Amino acid sequence: MEDIIFELQFFLEVLISGLLTGSLYSLVALGFVLIFKASGVFNFAQGAMMLFAALSLVGFQELLGVHWTVAFVMAIAVMVLLAWCVEKFVLGKLVNQEPIILFMATIGITFFLDGFGQTLWGSDIKVMDVGLPTGSFDMGGIFIDKLELVAGFTAGALVLALALFFNKTKIGRALRAVADDHQAALSVGISLRTIWIIVWSVAGLVGLVAGIMWGSKLGVQFSLTLLALKALPVLILGGFTSIPGAIVGGLIIGSGEKLAEIYIGPFVGGAIENWFAYMLAMVFLLFRPQGLFGEKIIERV
Amino acid sequence: MFYREAGQFKSSYKEDQAVFPILQDRVGVGLMLLVAFIGIPLLTSEYFISAIMTPFLILALAAIGLNILTGYAGQISLGTGGFMAVGAFAAYKFATFSIAIGGAETTIPLVVTILLAGVVAALVGVMFGIPSLRIKGFYLAVATLAAQFFIEWVLVKFGWFTNYSPSGIITAPPLEVMGYLFDSPGEKYIFTLSFVAVMALAAKNLVRSHIGRGWMAIRDMDIAAEIIGFRPLHTKLSAFAVSSFFCGVAGALWAFVHLGTVEPEAFGINRSFAILFMVIIGGMGSIIGSFIGAAFITLLPIFLSNVPPMIGWDIGVDMISHMEFMIFGALIIFFLIVEPHGLARLWSIGKEKLRSWPFPY
Repeated sequence: MEDIIFELQFFLEVLISGLLTGSLYSLVALGFVLIFKASGVFNFAQGAMMLFAALSLVGFQELLGVHWTVAFVMAIAVMVLLAWCVEKFVLGKLVNQEPIILFMATIGITFFLDGFGQTLWGSDIKVMDVGLPTGSFDMGGIFIDKLELVAGFTAGALVLALALFFNKTKIGRALRAVADDHQAALSVGISLRTIWIIVWSVAGLVGLVAGIMWGSKLGVQFSLTLLALKALPVLILGGFTSIPGAIVGGLIIGSGEKLAEIYIGPFVGGAIENWFAYMLAMVFLLFRPQGLFGEKIIERV
Repeated sequence: MFYREAGQFKSSYKEDQAVFPILQDRVGVGLMLLVAFIGIPLLTSEYFISAIMTPFLILALAAIGLNILTGYAGQISLGTGGFMAVGAFAAYKFATFSIAIGGAETTIPLVVTILLAGVVAALVGVMFGIPSLRIKGFYLAVATLAAQFFIEWVLVKFGWFTNYSPSGIITAPPLEVMGYLFDSPGEKYIFTLSFVAVMALAAKNLVRSHIGRGWMAIRDMDIAAEIIGFRPLHTKLSAFAVSSFFCGVAGALWAFVHLGTVEPEAFGINRSFAILFMVIIGGMGSIIGSFIGAAFITLLPIFLSNVPPMIGWDIGVDMISHMEFMIFGALIIFFLIVEPHGLARLWSIGKEKLRSWPFPY
């Protein structure tokens, strides 16, 4: 009997830790979804944007010695500037190109940002200190990482805020209009350029929040960009165009990955965390090609 | 003036459907092969051949493979590195197996070993190509990442693939074909070049055949292609098979000719991305574009890292690598804006211009 309770506790602990890590993945995936929704661009640079935002925040903190809230505001300003530059110098010049060309362009942005961020702020691992709690606490025998819990709540709050923003504000309606149909939106007087700048800024903000969370967890370093790769299965599982999808996908991938590592991993030699998420997403897509909440793909000849 | 098809009459279907119907093209390809086979080994240094030309050719071969899949058949794949790894390790297994059954003698000829490795890669490619029947576009691109990570994991995890080498690194056998040992960089280069030249011609030939037209039909509109009678199952999977075959051979060459010793990490996700860059920068749906793209992607970093010291600008090594990243990214964006259809498009524009040069009107 005691064994079963212990097993159950262990299972719950793994599950909860997986779910919380998953919400961290969702934060990264969220940025992808925002941009894909509004401009149809598969933005590979989200990981690089996250690193760049986090680097800027830490950099301002170190350089100017200001409180992290001030640095936060400054980092937001940097991300808005970045959004403007991306629109002005890259996307604006590539209007009406095929999606894969735009995807490629965002990879170009990734390279540029990786280099630029490290040229500007140096390539050492930096410590993110914004007063987030560390360590874990005990809840009925289950250990929960405080930082992950905060991240989970932040992700939830962010999604709530985004949902309100998309559904209740004028800009949000304009964003949804653009997402539905570029040309129709243009014809009723919505400026595509403004919308794109706003969307990239919001994605930058989401990246900043994700960067703070991951930066507190792992330290601000180059390998943060690799998290973009982790966000991809989350993305296709949830569907490219769905904000709730990014969250649910993140939770499924996060918990699935952790549980598989613990319960399946030992039978096949371990370290399956690297590919399990992709396999899970791929098998899932076989049954539902547009992801969980993605828009149904209608094809006409 | 120099490139004009006027006056070249075709009097049979066979002539009309030749791979290179225009005389100047035939002469051009012949000249290029001549330069590649004789000029470069004679005139350039060993360093240039072994550190630049050989990897360039092998990566160009992989780029042709991916171009068949992405450029011609329209299926985006990020698993190229994985398929190359399959080729490399399959070639290794065949080579050691052939030594094992023949005593110290190799019983399977090297060329056959490499081609067999390509076949194994093709089979694995077909397996991972099956989801493409349901999944499309970027969803497929992400799904192919499963192939990349899964293959890497399998090769690292199971000792059988490396013959239980403790470090997980395989060492390629000497390159011996019919008793002749390809040993010096020049000879290895010729070995690679022969493979690449033959396979590039085969690819060029293949994409204008019934199979190639099927791929392009699927790429342009898969439902329409299905309705006019191309079976998606056959067409898509054959694209995956041929593409993976090319990648597998490229991987085997990379292991056997270029590096000599390989670990699975040599075929990581970055390799897949680099080859996708080559295809997109070079030009999707163009064989020559694969070569141009491969040249661009392999030469540019070497060029960028050599420029600052050359002009006497002394900045630190990691500064150079950061600058390299930045310039590389900026150049990718620049070329996409200037020529979204890839550098191969510039090539064909050049040919158009030459056609009417020096009297355009």
